[in-house]
Amino acid sequence: MLVFVLLGVSVLIFAILMTFSPERRAMTYVETPQQVKDIPQIIKQHGLDDPAHVQYFRWLKQISTGNWGWSFVAADTVWNAFWRYLPITLELNLFTTPLIIIIGIWLGTQAGIHKDTWLDHLTRIFAIIGWSLPTFLFALIMLMLFYGYFPLFPPGIIGDKVQMFILENPDKFHSYTGMYTIDGLLNGRLDITLDALRHLAMPVFTQVVVVVALLMRVMRSSMIEEISKEYVITARAKGADNKTIYFRHARKNALIPVVTVAGWLVAFSMEGSVSVEIIFNRRGIGWWLAQSAIALDIPVLMGMCLFFGLVYVVTNLVIDILYAAIDPRIRLT
Amino acid sequence: MADRHPRLKELKFTLYRIFRNPSALIGFCLLLMFGIIAVAAPYIAPPKYPRSPYVMPHKGFSPTPRPPSRQNLMGTTSGQYDIFYGVVWGTRTAFKIGFVVVGIAALVGITLGLVAGYFGSLADEIIMRAVDVAFAVPLLVLTMAIIVAFGRGLENVMFALALVEWRVYVRVMRSGILALRDMDYVQAAKVMGVSHVRIMLRHLLPNGIYPVLVIATMDIGSMVITAAFMSFLGLGAPKGYADWGQMVALARNYIIGPPGDPLKYWYTIAFPGLCIILFVLAWNLIGDALRDAFDPKIRRG
Repeated sequence: MLVFVLLGVSVLIFAILMTFSPERRAMTYVETPQQVKDIPQIIKQHGLDDPAHVQYFRWLKQISTGNWGWSFVAADTVWNAFWRYLPITLELNLFTTPLIIIIGIWLGTQAGIHKDTWLDHLTRIFAIIGWSLPTFLFALIMLMLFYGYFPLFPPGIIGDKVQMFILENPDKFHSYTGMYTIDGLLNGRLDITLDALRHLAMPVFTQVVVVVALLMRVMRSSMIEEISKEYVITARAKGADNKTIYFRHARKNALIPVVTVAGWLVAFSMEGSVSVEIIFNRRGIGWWLAQSAIALDIPVLMGMCLFFGLVYVVTNLVIDILYAAIDPRIRLT
Repeated sequence: MADRHPRLKELKFTLYRIFRNPSALIGFCLLLMFGIIAVAAPYIAPPKYPRSPYVMPHKGFSPTPRPPSRQNLMGTTSGQYDIFYGVVWGTRTAFKIGFVVVGIAALVGITLGLVAGYFGSLADEIIMRAVDVAFAVPLLVLTMAIIVAFGRGLENVMFALALVEWRVYVRVMRSGILALRDMDYVQAAKVMGVSHVRIMLRHLLPNGIYPVLVIATMDIGSMVITAAFMSFLGLGAPKGYADWGQMVALARNYIIGPPGDPLKYWYTIAFPGLCIILFVLAWNLIGDALRDAFDPKIRRG
């Protein structure tokens, strides 16, 4: 099933690719301006005039060996550039995802327990506003306030001084993961970690506020549904106190539909990094994707479609496994 | 009045439920305001070039924004484009984007969802597998890929968004139809020899459309956001076109003013930004109220 989805995505991407003329597709093989005059040869050499199905299987073979083409924006092969940009986005999501899940589940539970109280209405207003805020606009406003008005959190990934230090002392700072917060700790340089965290604060906050709303609402309605079920009444009749009922009985069952949404949100927040990275000038996957779209860098966009398809497939797999862990009635076959 | 049509009675009850909700009232008021602005745009902000009213007029090319004055009610943004004019005509652009994208996507999605849900078997299998594949790539990424393939421009952004968003409606419509398909009244209609098309349009569609309406209402908001982001990146409306997303893009370099006066150019982002937020908020509030009104579980409390 999942393999099928991935294959389908590759067909979809290839279909988009085939809307380009052979000349334009030949451009993706060009790495220097001098090669532009060789385009007819490139078309012949790579068989870009062949029937569609022949080209598709050839393209699939290329993709699976890691030959994803050349990226103008990164001035590197798509494959290399991808691994260079990935840690930046991963770092952002490493901080946002747990926050989104913890805050979303906690607030949603509270709102569900205290239905129709001021807390519930407050979270409802917060959810609708968070939902209506375009990420890029909210990010700009945050930048305006917390960099312009209160110069607290600068954009970028790390400060100039730290950047200079790393460039000048390549022997003192070894890049293990490409994530500055973790590398700083691994190198025993707490100041670099703190500096990176200072740059991360606003992007993380922006993304959490925008994404948490949905998870919160799903958790709330799921919690309300569970509380009205009969086993809760039985537990109450037995004399169990509210804390036991809500957190030991109801919440566990209420989590089941939430897992689907949470898994979906992980993929979604990868997508949300596009606007955050553009505004806060963090050169990660999202930034690269947007720049490539502006520069009409075809191989990057096709590669990203495939990458996000992979993220989706893996996320679905993880959701299935989590289901079995939460709900023992579901068995993996 | 007891013999009134049952659908009319239900509609009246639904409307009563919707308008009992204060947030829906706010949403409708906001939407009414935007609607009036959009319809009356030629009177509120008379176009300088009647042939192309969506082009924002600008005096000079100075990149530094000017504060609100008597000539420019909300000031000018970089490139001296009049913010007031852009905001007024941008309302029309936003309505256009929302209605066109959601209209096309919903039409395609509802049709396919109906067919998949009603006929089942092979048709269902083919359509739903295609939807699975379409769902695997996130909205923003796929939209960007399609825009790159077909070229920039507002029309292409709308086309690309519709091409991505139909998948949502198929799933929602199909699940609604699946619940109705085996009901007695549908079986009875089949036995009586009513044609497939007539069953789908007269008996299934009116009863299964409500979840789609809720999704569509909220989708208008999120489509406007996505289109604004595309324009912000420079993939959408051409330069000078009255579009809120592009006005935010024009303001981008001025969100932080000169040292000592960091919020000097607040008006460049405040007005178009506020418009986007309020417009989307209006649709979301209405969608939220619709969901409560249509939900059979809490409908008659």
